Amino acid sequence: MKKIARKPFRLTKKAFSVPYIAFLLLFVVIPLVLILVNAFLDNGNKLTLENFKVFFTSSSTLTVLGNSLLVGVITTLLCLIIGYPVSYILSKMSSGKILVLLYIIPMGINFLIRTLATKAIFLAMGLELGMGTVIFGMVYNYLPFMIMPLHTTLSGIDKSYAEAAQDLGADKATVFLKTTLPLSVSGILSGVTMVFIPTISTYAISQLLSNGKIFLFGDSIQLSFEQGMYGVGSIMSIVMLIFVLLSNFIMNKFNRRGNAARRSLW
Amino acid sequence: MVKLKSILEKSYLFIILAILYAPIVFLIIYSFSNSSNFNFSQGFNFKAYISIFTSDKSPELWSAVGNTLLIATVSSIVATVMGTFASIGIFHLGKRMRRLVENINQFPIINSEIVMAVSLMVFFVTFAFPEGYLRLIIAHIAFCTPYVVLNVLPKLEAMDPNIYEAALDLGANPFKALTKVMFPIITPGIVGGFVMAFIMSMDDFIITQINKGAATGINTLSTYIYSDARVQGLEPFWYAIFSIIFVAVLALVLSINLVKISKQKKKEKEGAK
Repeated sequence: MKKIARKPFRLTKKAFSVPYIAFLLLFVVIPLVLILVNAFLDNGNKLTLENFKVFFTSSSTLTVLGNSLLVGVITTLLCLIIGYPVSYILSKMSSGKILVLLYIIPMGINFLIRTLATKAIFLAMGLELGMGTVIFGMVYNYLPFMIMPLHTTLSGIDKSYAEAAQDLGADKATVFLKTTLPLSVSGILSGVTMVFIPTISTYAISQLLSNGKIFLFGDSIQLSFEQGMYGVGSIMSIVMLIFVLLSNFIMNKFNRRGNAARRSLW
Repeated sequence: MVKLKSILEKSYLFIILAILYAPIVFLIIYSFSNSSNFNFSQGFNFKAYISIFTSDKSPELWSAVGNTLLIATVSSIVATVMGTFASIGIFHLGKRMRRLVENINQFPIINSEIVMAVSLMVFFVTFAFPEGYLRLIIAHIAFCTPYVVLNVLPKLEAMDPNIYEAALDLGANPFKALTKVMFPIITPGIVGGFVMAFIMSMDDFIITQINKGAATGINTLSTYIYSDARVQGLEPFWYAIFSIIFVAVLALVLSINLVKISKQKKKEKEGAK
């Protein structure tokens, strides 16, 4: 008797997920499909490949793409060069777990506020806004995103590896290059993704810090849609999406646990 | 030699920290100057803080604060309820289906915000959703719920399935077993998810900016900051508001993490015993 009474509820428990699955389909999947469709439509809703031609031949979109990649690569490299030593030193300290918080906390403050704060200071210092200030602002904004995964990985590495290498006669540089660095690759990849993707797709930071001189991908996606160029904007979004999926794929390969913390606060 | 290295390392840590916090500290200091360009010509005063209430922009500012709280409250409550039930459902799905749903759930998190923002915008325009709060709240629910699911699912996984079965065997009906047994166990995950959803929603700029619609005049705090500060730089009262936000966030994040760490240490100690 009991078994029969329980069975229908098993089914209803599965059913709890139905509203959310419907919601996801409606407001996550279909919007992305619409972006895909729009890439092939002209303003009169006729099928066309014109948008691709515009995207790949227009000098303005290619400049934006080039600028985004340039700023993205430089920012990511700077964050890695600055952030790796920070995480490495912290991982060796006994109080590192608490100290690292100090580096991560700024992430909790809205990026717009942080950006406007840096801009106010640049202006007060009389610096000319341009590529330099944009890159500084990006590094300033995204350094915590690099330090967080690096610190997690580095402090999780078993110290006995390095000790073993040392006992076997490796000097300090070799110990680092042959044990610590290879073991921290997954942290580096997480950090690189968490910096690179938001940097190239960010909206407003580069505009604000260059007085509208430098447009990155995020800004021009927004601009295309604002100007009613849905087709070109859609193609840019798809290019962005490919970057996202690609980097996520690479990261997951190295780090099975995935990355849930991209936009999280702590 | 060792000492020198340690000094070098510590000073490196300190320099980076100093750079990270310099803008924040400067802003807090000059929030007491009532100036926009970093001078103390008016001396030390609280005028900037007072003008949060008395400036001719205060009504707009406060309506933006109200909107931020309204949207965050509504969307995080809906996200928490939907996400909690969804997690229970997802937990009981078949292996393949579960993986598929979890992957789709992951999408709003990994996707770049701007793409999510414009895709929703195109969707709303295509299907003629009314501009305003409806669009904003749906958009916020869409990017908040995945975090609720990510917080609740692990709690379900960690739960001993026998407890639920035992409740049924002891005569509880499924509804009671759910509310009296399962919910209390996964409550930490639900609360964590709710807090995260609320903060995410409050913190959002890009998705709100693109979906708010120019004609509605609806602003949240972040979109109002953008529209006001982009044109003419920061007015003194923004220094005051930013300072308040800085201090609040610092205190919040620090206390949450210190509690977390002390809990962990307690656990480790108990484990050692």
